[in-house]
Amino acid sequence: MNKRVSDKAKRTVSSWLLLLPGVALMSMFTVYPIFKNIYLSFCKTGFRYKVPKWVGTANFSALFADPVFWKVLKNTVAFSLMTVLPSMIIGFLLAIILNSKFRGLRFLRTAYFYPVVMPMIAVACIWRYLYMPENGMFSSLIYSIFHTRIGDLLSRTETVLPALAVMYVWKEIGYVMIFFLSGLQNMSEEYFEAAMIDGGNFWQILTRVTVPLMAPTTLFVTMIEITNSIKLVDHVVILTQGKPNNGSNLLMHYIYQLGYEFFDQGKAAAVTSILLVILLLSSLPRFFNSDRAIHYN
Amino acid sequence: MRIKNKAAIAVAFLFGALMLIPLLWMIGTAFTETSFKMRIIPNTPFTLDNFKEVFTMIPLGQYYLNTIVIVVLTFSIQFVIITLGGYALARGDFYGEKLVMAIIFMQLIIPNDVLIVPNYLTMVDLKMVDTKLAIMLPFLGSAMGLFLLRQQFKTMPAALTDAARIDGASTMRIIWQIYVPNAKTAYLAFAMISVSYHWNNFLWPLIVTNSVSKRPLTVGLAVFAKSTETALLWGDICACAFVICAPLLILFFIFQKQFINSFASSGIK
Repeated sequence: MNKRVSDKAKRTVSSWLLLLPGVALMSMFTVYPIFKNIYLSFCKTGFRYKVPKWVGTANFSALFADPVFWKVLKNTVAFSLMTVLPSMIIGFLLAIILNSKFRGLRFLRTAYFYPVVMPMIAVACIWRYLYMPENGMFSSLIYSIFHTRIGDLLSRTETVLPALAVMYVWKEIGYVMIFFLSGLQNMSEEYFEAAMIDGGNFWQILTRVTVPLMAPTTLFVTMIEITNSIKLVDHVVILTQGKPNNGSNLLMHYIYQLGYEFFDQGKAAAVTSILLVILLLSSLPRFFNSDRAIHYN
Repeated sequence: MRIKNKAAIAVAFLFGALMLIPLLWMIGTAFTETSFKMRIIPNTPFTLDNFKEVFTMIPLGQYYLNTIVIVVLTFSIQFVIITLGGYALARGDFYGEKLVMAIIFMQLIIPNDVLIVPNYLTMVDLKMVDTKLAIMLPFLGSAMGLFLLRQQFKTMPAALTDAARIDGASTMRIIWQIYVPNAKTAYLAFAMISVSYHWNNFLWPLIVTNSVSKRPLTVGLAVFAKSTETALLWGDICACAFVICAPLLILFFIFQKQFINSFASSGIK
């Protein structure tokens, strides 16, 4: 008994020494800033204040009274819906196709996945041209089919978020696809063969066998995709800066604007706190079913 | 579940072709004289002028060097940190283990990219604003790396360590000579994720630096793209975008399988 205790004590010392650099860095740039941010949410900061000045809930009440904040929140939810659902549906279908065997698979895998390794900044620069009003690829295509000019997709409130979403989905489906693909590859073909022998058609097998069996993967991908769609700002910075009239302003870009264009870091911290709550809530399901749902192995 | 339907496969190929359009257009436009009409297959003559122009207009060479320094240093430091920590976590059974795992999960749920406001103030306090170190520092203690290595090290048989210990090997020797060489796939996976993440990272470097000598490629391209008024410069922008994307795209085209596997093993970009 005594020997076991002293063994564990010894191991504790050496383990903490080995973990020291990692834990110190994570504490300093993840744990500490989370609490610091919560504190800052209740303060005024800026040029006029040497140290942050406690103002209670003033930042939050100012935000809740500001229609821009609600618009940004609505945009963020809308953008997540417009991107997470389509990229999951398309990614799932592509995974089923890539799970088959035919010539040209390697080509297709490359074509579906390559946008994932490109920087969003470069992607946005390219898509800015694809979306140009007069001679951009989209407007030319639509003109040649419907003979109408769609105008500038990025400067109209009704079209700007969908336009950003299409670009985002294009970049993201490869990433979603690989999780479904590895889920499918871990699944025994017997289920499908049995279903086929029983006379199931493609649609029946898809909805009654594949989709239910993929539920854990689907849950996991949903969590990741919500986080990804919320934390990205690069496309907004390049393409719209939140314009027109905040029609494409998203939470993370709003934080950047408040903190580094309007220099109101207290308010930026308050929005960050709200974002932290959203991230926590959207990752809760991951922990209900911990080992099965966490898909890191 | 497999597909044998010819029509479905044809649709898959059509979709693949559509996915490639932005890449083809970027390459075609970067390597030809700029025209006024947008074409997927360019009809103007081949030229390298766009590249010459961007290299004289913006300090691309400097940005390139900065990105390479940031990416290489970040991964090298991460490599040491996650190896040591991953070993301790895989061995387990020490006081405070749960606390460390809680910190790791905290970073997995709340990525550092979101914490720009408090982390920026920390950099101000440390007087590190506008340094390359500030770009790297928040990412050096990688929760994902620690987790990946922990999982990988856990699969190694305990007999291996015991034998080495009886032979008198120190913990450090056991880690670097037994564990590290046997975890190549995990390191490769993490290397690809880390490199592509930091090659492509934008918002944090934008905020925390303001001089050309510190900024990475992504920030350089963004500043250039925003300073130019769209239409006529697309040859230059495409050349610039090509220069930034090319290394990772070429690596991806060669090591396609490894890339896809490493992203699949991560779950976090």
